[in-house]
Amino acid sequence: MAIKLYGAAASTATLRAKACLAEKELDYEFVTVNMGNKEHKTPEFLTRNPFGQVPALEDGDLKLFESRAITQYLAHAYPDNGTNLIIHDPKKMAIVGVWIEVEAQKFDQFGSKLAWELAYKPMFGLITDEAVVEEHEKKLEQVLDVYESRLSESKYLGGDCFTLADLHHLPVLKYLFGTKAKRLFDARPHVSAWAAEIQSRPAWVKATTA
Amino acid sequence: MALKLYGTVASDATQRVQACLYEKEAHFEFITVNTAAGEHKTPRFLARNPFGELPALEDGDVTLFESRAITQYIANKYDGRGTDLIMKDPIKLAIQTVWMDTENQRFDQPFSKLIEAALEGNEGGNKDVREYERKLESVLDVYEQRLKESKYLGGDSFTLADLQHLPGMHYLRSTKAKGWFQGRPHVRAWAADILSRPAWVKVAAMSPW
Repeated sequence: MAIKLYGAAASTATLRAKACLAEKELDYEFVTVNMGNKEHKTPEFLTRNPFGQVPALEDGDLKLFESRAITQYLAHAYPDNGTNLIIHDPKKMAIVGVWIEVEAQKFDQFGSKLAWELAYKPMFGLITDEAVVEEHEKKLEQVLDVYESRLSESKYLGGDCFTLADLHHLPVLKYLFGTKAKRLFDARPHVSAWAAEIQSRPAWVKATTA
Repeated sequence: MALKLYGTVASDATQRVQACLYEKEAHFEFITVNTAAGEHKTPRFLARNPFGELPALEDGDVTLFESRAITQYIANKYDGRGTDLIMKDPIKLAIQTVWMDTENQRFDQPFSKLIEAALEGNEGGNKDVREYERKLESVLDVYEQRLKESKYLGGDSFTLADLQHLPGMHYLRSTKAKGWFQGRPHVRAWAADILSRPAWVKVAAMSPW
């Protein structure tokens, strides 16, 4: 099969790539990387991702890593498949680009840290650091306040259609919504509605139940 | 109508955009934001960048923020003028995007924390700083391997993947971190190359650091 995704089922970055593949309705082979056995640090895997992290993608001869580079490649390479995740008008796409950066630069660092403390640590039998949780919830709330304002003027983060700017949030949302951090989203009506809507998209449901 | 760039010469994110504007030979008006007076937190500025950060760019009826979104917009808008900063071939562009994302996700965070610590007068001391230094050095190890096979990070020509690193590499080279380049000759050569580009030299001349 032309497309192969190397990753781990529980990894948010892997899920980001899976979400995109599902929205684009692309067939691919999923190759599990055995993180427990440190497979991601083997010389063979390092040729796929020199940072020794998941995911990595192969499409024919092309080898890529970084989930947000993978999603952007797929969105551009397969414009006629599945959902259109980019916008052709340059000014409108520039605005999508702004919110793609906001997720990467602002939402992710606090959201991922919270997901680690509240969702992953319990899975691994580790103790949540409540001081870290409190600090990061405050920072995430500042970001969500901006989102609340944005989403009161715009149906989706990037504009009036679902794009990569929204999609990139899905994996962290999935983990946070299973924890007490969900209340931060519930407290903001536009954010809450947006989060509920994008998480109910059939492609995401498929990507997370397959 | 000319572009308007709101920022300061000291802001690394503003410098990233300035470098791009110079590479693309784009005309723009530089509007200094009085951060000492808290101008970046005023409602008027928040309407341009709701996070109250620098920079913001106005192009007629559209206002953008996030320096890496701005540089991509400029690189596309002025396609055909100045330096080509975006690979035309889709496969080459996919690879360029990997290294742009690497700057965003791996290089930038430890670099930003280091510069923040330095501004707080904390350059040498605490364990957090050493942790950021360690992270940045391990990123440079990956870059050293990459640059053995590729003249520039994104491919065989200078692109946004390299440009996004300019403020960070400028900072590292002018601090004790330049010692990190000793064991990494390809990183050192690449840094020397990109930091000597006329567009960057112009930005660096205005930078207070």
